[in-house]
Amino acid sequence: MTDPNTTLSSLDLEAHDKTYLDANELVINMGPQHPATHGVLRVILRLDGEKVLGLECVIGYLHRGVEKIGEHRTYTMFNPYVDRMDYVAAVSNGLGYCETVEKLLNVEAPPRAQHVRVILTELNRIASHQLWLGTHALDIGAITPLFYTFRDREEILKIYEKYCGARLTTHAFRIGGLQYETYTGFEKEVKNFLTFFRPKIDEYEELLTTNRIWVERTKNVGIISAADCIAFGVTGPVLRASGVKWDLRKAQPYANYKNFDFDIPIGENGDTYDRYLVRMAEMRQSVRIIEQAVDALPEGPIMAKVPKVMKPPAGEVYHSIEAPKGELGYFIVSDGSTQPYRVRVRPPSFVNLQALDVMCRGQLVADVIAVIGTLDIVLGEVDR
Amino acid sequence: MIAKLKGNYGSGLEALTYAGQNYMVVDRSLIPEILQVLRNEEEFDYCVDITAVHYPTREKQFDVIWVLYSHPRNERIRVKTQILDGATLPSSVPIWTGANWLEREVFDMFGIKFDGHPDMKRILLPDGWKGHPLRKDYGILQQDNEWVQINLGIESGQ
Repeated sequence: MTDPNTTLSSLDLEAHDKTYLDANELVINMGPQHPATHGVLRVILRLDGEKVLGLECVIGYLHRGVEKIGEHRTYTMFNPYVDRMDYVAAVSNGLGYCETVEKLLNVEAPPRAQHVRVILTELNRIASHQLWLGTHALDIGAITPLFYTFRDREEILKIYEKYCGARLTTHAFRIGGLQYETYTGFEKEVKNFLTFFRPKIDEYEELLTTNRIWVERTKNVGIISAADCIAFGVTGPVLRASGVKWDLRKAQPYANYKNFDFDIPIGENGDTYDRYLVRMAEMRQSVRIIEQAVDALPEGPIMAKVPKVMKPPAGEVYHSIEAPKGELGYFIVSDGSTQPYRVRVRPPSFVNLQALDVMCRGQLVADVIAVIGTLDIVLGEVDR
Repeated sequence: MIAKLKGNYGSGLEALTYAGQNYMVVDRSLIPEILQVLRNEEEFDYCVDITAVHYPTREKQFDVIWVLYSHPRNERIRVKTQILDGATLPSSVPIWTGANWLEREVFDMFGIKFDGHPDMKRILLPDGWKGHPLRKDYGILQQDNEWVQINLGIESGQ
């Protein structure tokens, strides 16, 4: 209780200010069950009014111990598990894993398998970016793009379903190549999709690129400099939007990407709007790559000679690919037995999420939602 | 680069190649200096990953591995060192900001502590978790049974 005899002049106003005005910091909790955190991400926000002073991410709600599971499965048995990490880009996960084990075994997938791998992985990049665009726009308040992107993503999922029977966690590749030959009419259907999809990108852009609300909500929001990106280890479209022309498909080509002609789109300001533009341009580049790969699809075997029981010689290998979210790396230690001694997954989302703090400082609470969306994280991959 | 480093550090550093990938095995005592040199003089500006491997039968039980990449050189290198169970390593957060969460994960999964880390606590597992699951001697079934006994009051869930 305040002493009723206290008068305003008897109060130590300076101390009062310190306690009641400067301490106007508010700590609020966002998530883990929150529609805009793209899964179970918990963010503890420190706010001054609506301004973000800092934040801390609490992760691990989706931790399933994938790396430990890997130590208890054979190389072949672990293959489907990797699809469950970044479940919107399962094909990319599989490509990274298969290529890493192939490196350990010292085998290389035959050219036809490599081509089909590129086609499916690039389709997956488009599908992943479509899901990102739909949900990101939804978070910011544009509902329509979600319906557009999901409608068009369906066409990619149909191709997957026809190819391997699964739509999302596809398990499309095998160590050494592919299990399935492409179905009759595969090339034609992929090409039909490209013809169908090209004008759709324009459609998305028409909805957003010059939309005033979109531009005001994304321009100069969540800026991160190129130097910060590199210091934080941020990769993928986020790094490129900050102006660094770095893409593993070009820098250290894997699969047979060196045979295809494509550009690396980059941004200038490293803000949410630039990241949007970069991803839109990447979809166009993916279309270019797929087109070339389908046209040049060679005949031939789809599996290299790999033993039924895989026992890679003892050794360790780190191999990484450019997943839709950034550098996805696998570090596998073999002790010469049928099971990996250690599987380490270097997930792009986990490392990129670290930068959320610096990207949100000084922004408004509503912008945190935009920045989480623009980072394009998948919590299944963050937590593994 | 390797020749230069070898000249400077002699027997504490061994440069190897496996499957076309370069890595070096470095003595624990040289780690702070080597990482610093790689970052500042050899331009390895991007710390890709930090991880560990547990070998329970060895005297020095843990391998700790830094995967580094250099944007200017377009080159990768892995630095590996062996440490005793319970030994600590210097944190590389002052060198690469992004090492923060990676080191926390190594601590969470292996129990290896990094000195000078700004916030050395678990990251993926809950704070009250017992043990470090990626150690080879971690009992998965035992932990399951314990949880079932305490929370469900029955002998075993298996």
